[in-house]
Amino acid sequence: MTEDGKPSSYWLERPGSVGKIIRALIGVCVAVVAADFFYEKHGHYSWENFPGFYALFGFVSCVALVIAATQLRKILKRDEDYYD
Amino acid sequence: MIDLVPPGAVMVLGALLVPLLRGRVRQAYMLALPVLGFVQVVMLPSTFVWSIQMFGYDLTLVRVDELSRVFAYVFHIAAFLSVLYALHIKDNVQFVSGLIYAGAAISALFVGDLISLFICWELTAIASLFQIWARRTEGAYRAGLRYLIIQVGSGVLLLAGTILHYADTGSLEFQELGLVSTGTALIFLAFGIKAAFPLLHGWLQDAYPEATVTGTVFLSAFTTKLAIYALARGFPGTEILVPIGALMTAFPIFYAVIENDLRRVLAYSLNNQLGFMVVGIGIGTEMSLNGTAAHAFAHVIYKGLLFMSMGAVLYRTGTIKGSELGGLYKSMPWTTTFCIIGAASISAFPLFSGFISKSLILTAAAENHYTLTFLVLLFASAGVFHHSGIKIPYFAFFAHDSGIRCEEAPRNMLIAMGCAAFLCIALGVAPGYLYALLPYPVEYDPYTTSHVVNQLQLLLFSAGAFVFLQKTGLYPPELKSVNLDIDWLYRKALPALVQKVAGGAGRLKGRIQARSLAGIERTVRYVRGHHAPTGALGDPWSIGATALWAALLLVAYLGMAYL
Repeated sequence: MTEDGKPSSYWLERPGSVGKIIRALIGVCVAVVAADFFYEKHGHYSWENFPGFYALFGFVSCVALVIAATQLRKILKRDEDYYD
Repeated sequence: MIDLVPPGAVMVLGALLVPLLRGRVRQAYMLALPVLGFVQVVMLPSTFVWSIQMFGYDLTLVRVDELSRVFAYVFHIAAFLSVLYALHIKDNVQFVSGLIYAGAAISALFVGDLISLFICWELTAIASLFQIWARRTEGAYRAGLRYLIIQVGSGVLLLAGTILHYADTGSLEFQELGLVSTGTALIFLAFGIKAAFPLLHGWLQDAYPEATVTGTVFLSAFTTKLAIYALARGFPGTEILVPIGALMTAFPIFYAVIENDLRRVLAYSLNNQLGFMVVGIGIGTEMSLNGTAAHAFAHVIYKGLLFMSMGAVLYRTGTIKGSELGGLYKSMPWTTTFCIIGAASISAFPLFSGFISKSLILTAAAENHYTLTFLVLLFASAGVFHHSGIKIPYFAFFAHDSGIRCEEAPRNMLIAMGCAAFLCIALGVAPGYLYALLPYPVEYDPYTTSHVVNQLQLLLFSAGAFVFLQKTGLYPPELKSVNLDIDWLYRKALPALVQKVAGGAGRLKGRIQARSLAGIERTVRYVRGHHAPTGALGDPWSIGATALWAALLLVAYLGMAYL
C-alpha cells in the first residue's frame, strides 16, 4: 500500500507478495530435497549420497557464516572516518 | 598483421591516438581496437614464436599456446565491454590509461621470457593507477599511492627473482618454474601479491572501490587474472597453492557479509573467486588447470557485469553504501535484471556461467582426494551466493525503499551490461564453446542429474538461510562503518609505530642534549670559579709576589740541573 491508501503499482509492495515468494522458495527447497530419493547418486564421497546432504550443508554453513561474521564485526568495526 | 606488432600492442599503441580524436569517431575507434586485437589473436598460428636479441639476451615477445590464447580472448572481451561501458565519459585520461592497461596485460600473456614479463607487469601497474586517480578525490589519491607502491613492489620482487633465477640457471625463459630456489620463490611472491594471496590482499579491497565508476570495471578484469595466468604458467601443481587458495575462498566472505560499501563487497568476492582458481593451479591436473582457465574466463565477464551494475548505481545515485540504498528496482529495472544475472552466474546457478567452470575445480579437488579443501570450497560456494548472489542485489535494488528515485543507467552502460549478461547465460547454456578453448581436452559434462540437484540444494538452502536470518533478525544490518583488514597494518599500525619510534628517538635526543649542556655548563662554572677575576687564580698578582715566584722557580730549575 502506498501512503495515500491505494494499492502500490509494484507487485512486490502489495501485501502478501513477499509471503508468496517465501512460500515458493520453501516449495522449491522441498522439491530439490525430494528429488534425492528419485535417482541414484554417484557422489565421489559416501557422505555426498546421504539424501539432502547439500541442502543441510548450504543452510548450516550460511547460518554459521553470518553468525561468525556478526561476531567478527564486534572486533573489526570502526567509524566510517576511521582512516581519515 | 602479426608480423607488425605483438598482441596487445595494438591497444597500447592505438591508445596514444585517442586524444587526437573527437566525438563518435573516437568512440568507434576505441571500440575497434579490442576487436582488432581479438581478430589478431584468433589468426595467430599456434606455433608462432617471435624472438629478438636485446643487450645480448634473447627476449621472446610472442609465444602462442592455448593457455595464453584463452586468457587473451577474455581479456579482449573485457576490454571491449569496459570501453563500451565507459563510452559516455569524456575523460581521455581514463581511456588512454585503460587501453594501455588492457593492452599491456594482453602482451604479458604472450611474452615468453621473464624480462618482457616484468616490463608488461610494471606497465599494467602504472597504467591501471590512473583508473583510481581519475576519480580525483583525496581518498582515491591516497588509495592510489598505496596501490602503486604495492604493485610496483610486486614488479621489483619479480625482477629480483628473475635475476637470481638467471644466475642459477642461465635461462630467462618463462615456463614452468616450480618453487625450487630463492629466485623462483621471489617470483612466486610477486605473482602472489598480484593474485591477492591471504595477507597480501589488502591493496585489492583498498583500491578497487576507490576507483572511478568505469575504472573499477577495467581493474576487475586484468590485474588479478594476469597473476592467475602467471601462476598457472609458472607454478602448476605447486602443492602449497591448494591451502593458499582454499583460505582465499573462505576468509573474504566473512568480510563481505559485514561490509557496507557494495563495490568493496564485490572486491572481497573477487578475492574469493581467485581462491578457486588458485586451488585449481595447485592441484595441477589437466582437469583442474582447465577449471582455472574456464573459471577465469567466466569470472572476468560476470565480475565485470556485477561491477558495472554497482557502478551504474553509484553513477546515478552518488552512493554505493548498502545502508543508503534500497528499492532501486523501481528506477533501474534493467540494471536490476542484469545484476541478478551476474549474481546468478557468480553463484554458479545451473544454466549460468559459474556453474560450468567452478565445478571443474571442485570435481578435480574431490578426485584428487583433497577432502578438506573440497569442503572449504563448498562452504565458500554457499557463502558467495549469500553475499554476492543475494546481498548485492537485495540491498541495492530491494530491501527497504530508500526513497531514491533516479534515471535508468545511460544507454551505453545498459548495452555493455546486456552483452555481459548474454555471455553469462550463453556460457552456462552452451559450455562446449568455452571447453573447446581450454588448454587441455575436456571430457566433462556439468549437467548430470546429481550435479544439478546438489548445486540447487546448496544454493536454495543458502537462500533459505538468508530468509531465515532476515526474519529472525539475526542478519547483521548494513551499518555506516569500515572494517579493519590487513591494510590496517600499513595504514594505521605502521604509521603509529613510526611515530612512536620517531617520538622516542626525539625524546632520547632531547635528554642527551640536556645532559651534555648541563655537563658543559658545570665545566664552565668550575673553570670560572678559579680563573675568573674573582677566582683564586684569576686575581691580578702584585709585582713582588710575581718576582718571588719567578725567583723560586729559577732556583728550583737550578737545583734540578745539579741532580
